[in-house]
Amino acid sequence: MDTQSYMPVPPGVGLEENFFSLDDILLSHQRLPCRTENAFPRLGFLEKSSETPDILEGTKMEMPLWLAKGLYERKRRVLSVDLPKMYREGWRTVFGADPNVVDLHKMGPYFYGLGSQLLHFDSPENPEIAQAILQTYIGRFRRTMDSSQNAYNEDTSALVERLDFLERTLFREGKSVQRKW
Amino acid sequence: MFCEKAVELIRELHRMGDGQLPAFSEDSIRQVLEEMKALYEQNQSDVNEAKCEGKSELIPTIKFRHCCLLRNQRCVAAYLYDRLLRIRALRWEYGSVLPANIRFHMCAEELEWFNQYKKSLATFMRSLGGDEGLDITQDMKPPKSLYIEVRCLKDHGEFEIDDGTVILLKKNSQVYLRIKLSYIHLNTHFFFIDDYFYIIVRLIVLYIAQTLLKK
Repeated sequence: MDTQSYMPVPPGVGLEENFFSLDDILLSHQRLPCRTENAFPRLGFLEKSSETPDILEGTKMEMPLWLAKGLYERKRRVLSVDLPKMYREGWRTVFGADPNVVDLHKMGPYFYGLGSQLLHFDSPENPEIAQAILQTYIGRFRRTMDSSQNAYNEDTSALVERLDFLERTLFREGKSVQRKW
Repeated sequence: MFCEKAVELIRELHRMGDGQLPAFSEDSIRQVLEEMKALYEQNQSDVNEAKCEGKSELIPTIKFRHCCLLRNQRCVAAYLYDRLLRIRALRWEYGSVLPANIRFHMCAEELEWFNQYKKSLATFMRSLGGDEGLDITQDMKPPKSLYIEVRCLKDHGEFEIDDGTVILLKKNSQVYLRIKLSYIHLNTHFFFIDDYFYIIVRLIVLYIAQTLLKK
């Protein structure tokens, strides 16, 4: 079917999510490591490791992004969100050194989206995280664009494997424009 | 964790990124609605308990369940909305009559919506372009060539274009003309050639209306 008539709701830009966007819903389903600062009575069945009827204070668990965003409050400490591995100091220096080497699909297919949403949680490293994501994108952008414009009618699975979702959308658009032209 | 079923719906749609319409999963929607009902009832009883017995430590749990309810609501709303966007695209791709296999994938309410959309589109098209209306779902791509074949609807006699050539505009004759979209040109020729103007305006309106309607 010709895709010109079907225009889905695009993902949101930066800190905002689009309510109806399918991409944003799947993005916010990603899990983050969190620690509860409050107890959650009667919800113990959600946490598989313990057999208590409640989720106790100080439990470390993996929560999806939508839940962490919904429960997080700046003034009262309900939840504290730890940064996932690839947004921490160690990986940030790797991205700074050479962003093209990294397999962003393995690192969580929504690297840029999740990174942007992480800025909601007021971590002290927020400016560095934002800078790292931006520099990674700038570093990888050139190669993605070049390969999409020159891969006419070829099998591109090897090229696309290491890209995250945002870059894949870019790649697909570049290829379809190339085809039309 | 809650809301897994709701995200399954979204994943199913996301897999078909090219705009195809999968079958309406009534079962999954029913399960999501049942989960929402259970969460809501648990929250109701906890709220009463917190208010009457003053157990304020239940409040984080209530908030947790509320987040899950909002999430389920978002997933179901996005699922239905995206399906409507796909069904709207079907009108532009397949025309007014949908093939039977696609119609089986739509639920009764979506068929109703499709019929209403068809009617609105038809009313709009009939309001354009004078008596007969204009079918804007034809000719969806802009012209690739400089010349266009034009058929005259009324007898007009001889007509001189600005480069000097004279053409004979007789009823039902077909002529190759340049598409001139300059407003000033059309304006100065308006009182001579209402029929020629009429043909050109149909084309302009066609392309503009198509783009606007698809937004």
